[in-house]
Amino acid sequence: GPLSERPLKEVRLGELHTWISTCNFSPQGLLGAVQKAWSSYCAKYIHVRQGGPAGISMLLAGYCLLSYGWNYQHFSK
Amino acid sequence: VLHTTRPLHTTQQSLAPVPPLPEKGGEVRHGLIPEEFFQFLYPKTGVTGPYMLGTGLLLYLLSKEIYVINHETVAAACILTVIVYAIKKFGGDVAAFADKLNEEKLATAVAMKNEAIQSLQTAIEEEKKEQWRAEGRSYLFDAKRNNIAMLLEANYRERLLTVYNEVKKRLDYQVAMQTLKRQKEQDHMIQWVEKNVVQSITPQQQKESIAKCILDLKALSKSAHAAV
Repeated sequence: GPLSERPLKEVRLGELHTWISTCNFSPQGLLGAVQKAWSSYCAKYIHVRQGGPAGISMLLAGYCLLSYGWNYQHFSK
Repeated sequence: VLHTTRPLHTTQQSLAPVPPLPEKGGEVRHGLIPEEFFQFLYPKTGVTGPYMLGTGLLLYLLSKEIYVINHETVAAACILTVIVYAIKKFGGDVAAFADKLNEEKLATAVAMKNEAIQSLQTAIEEEKKEQWRAEGRSYLFDAKRNNIAMLLEANYRERLLTVYNEVKKRLDYQVAMQTLKRQKEQDHMIQWVEKNVVQSITPQQQKESIAKCILDLKALSKSAHAAV
């Protein structure tokens, strides 16, 4: 299909930086991209009939990693 | 679990019913890593590839002190143990409870829908019955026409009777008048004749008639004496 509007999963490695060049980096574009990512994550792991601990646990793990990364300076003393 | 962040009615099929939720979410192994990661690495490294990757990464982080072990590590380990134990022990019950709540909500909604459908069905049947009833209006009009015709007929006959009675009264009056007149004439004539006769009897004739009556009476009494 058309390269410019494919989602990231279906882009091959060689075409990666053409794909990045077609991306919309304005605030609305970034916001739209964030919104799409969040809604696809929700649709896949949270808005299901029988979700397990997977939905929130991945979010918590991501938060742990991020906060470790932010506070690395403090840890490495 | 909230359902309000799903975009609704954004495609051309906005009038179709909203598609139901999927049964199970994306597969996640050990609660943390999505299954797609394992599938992604499977063709190149087989089944143990991701685990080797994980172990190697962990050892690298530890040895290069990118991940420092301090008191928080111990705390994190304890907390994680407790959380995993709690999920494994109480997960099923909580899930059953949540499912029961969902079922109740669904049941009320479905009951409302069924009730609405039922009431609309009854309304449809009633409407059909009313339409069938409306077909009989020709009979109704015929009956009304008959009624009116009968009223008119009765009225006409009443008036006919009145006319007859009035005419008969007038004719009776005329007949009574005539009989009265004849009777009066008759009476008057009889009286006049009697008066004239009485007047015409002179005293001489009266004496002669009385004498004749006495003679007759004597003769009669003689014959009566003789009979006894």
